[in-house]
Amino acid sequence: MELSLLQRKLLNNYQQDFPLSPQPFLSIAKELGVSEETVISAFSLLKQQSFINRIGPIIQPNYIGVSSLVAMSIPEPQLLHCAEIINRFSEVNHNYERSHHFNLWFVLVANDQNHLDGILTQIEQETEFKTLKLPLLKDYFINLGFQLNLDD
Amino acid sequence: MINATDLDLILAVQKGLPLVSRPYATIADSLQLNEQQVIDRLQFLKQEGLIKRLGVIVNHRKLGYSANAMVVFNIPDELIHEIGQQIGQFDFVNLCYQRPRHQGVWPYNLFCMIHGKSQGTVLQQLTELIQHCQLEDYPHDVLFSQRCFKQRGAIYQREPKL
Repeated sequence: MELSLLQRKLLNNYQQDFPLSPQPFLSIAKELGVSEETVISAFSLLKQQSFINRIGPIIQPNYIGVSSLVAMSIPEPQLLHCAEIINRFSEVNHNYERSHHFNLWFVLVANDQNHLDGILTQIEQETEFKTLKLPLLKDYFINLGFQLNLDD
Repeated sequence: MINATDLDLILAVQKGLPLVSRPYATIADSLQLNEQQVIDRLQFLKQEGLIKRLGVIVNHRKLGYSANAMVVFNIPDELIHEIGQQIGQFDFVNLCYQRPRHQGVWPYNLFCMIHGKSQGTVLQQLTELIQHCQLEDYPHDVLFSQRCFKQRGAIYQREPKL
């Protein structure tokens, strides 16, 4: 699907600083020279078509609760089954297969360290494979925005 | 640590602002705050760095950025801070974190994420990164994402009441 110029601007320009004004879509509309209605319906369509996940905050890791990246090494025939077990935990947000001996990678967010370790123990028991806990020690990157290349 | 009002606010906005004319007023109603209090508090939490950014969260896979590589390096501890900051400045790097090594199992301590439209582009960018930061002597590995089993924003939950 071809994105319109308006859609591209909405996707690119409001990742960092979505307006904190009473009518943020109107603020955007004024910047782009369109109506508030147009902006709201364009965002609704982008969301409906899954081009955007949401308009919201990215929280600095470990400010609220604790989180960790976790890796597992699982033989291919059991991989999908184990991924499904892991996905059942509401504390798991990302869960990806990656091309490596450690082939399953997920992120856990829990209330505290005990809660997090308890979930890992449960996952190890239910999948019968070990987990490798890789929590964040230091963040060298502040900006999580994702700039689209608008020229291609 | 975060206070109860701010936590309620985060819990209310984390799934996304409603796509209505006055989204902060809608959030305020659900929290028994007023619209201006919600706006001021979000502004404050951004300034404090608890909110890293507030805005549109795109689905990069859907937008054609389907090659996603986690690149991991084993960098000597005394250099990791400097090299981490260098890597974090590249446009095509989306994340750059230090994580622990695990003896005999996992030798890498620096993780970064590169998203691109093809694996070829990503590998080219990685070559550029390695040359520019002079990382040729340090072991590294590239883990491209394959199947996505789950992808959503972190959902924070209230502590269970005791």
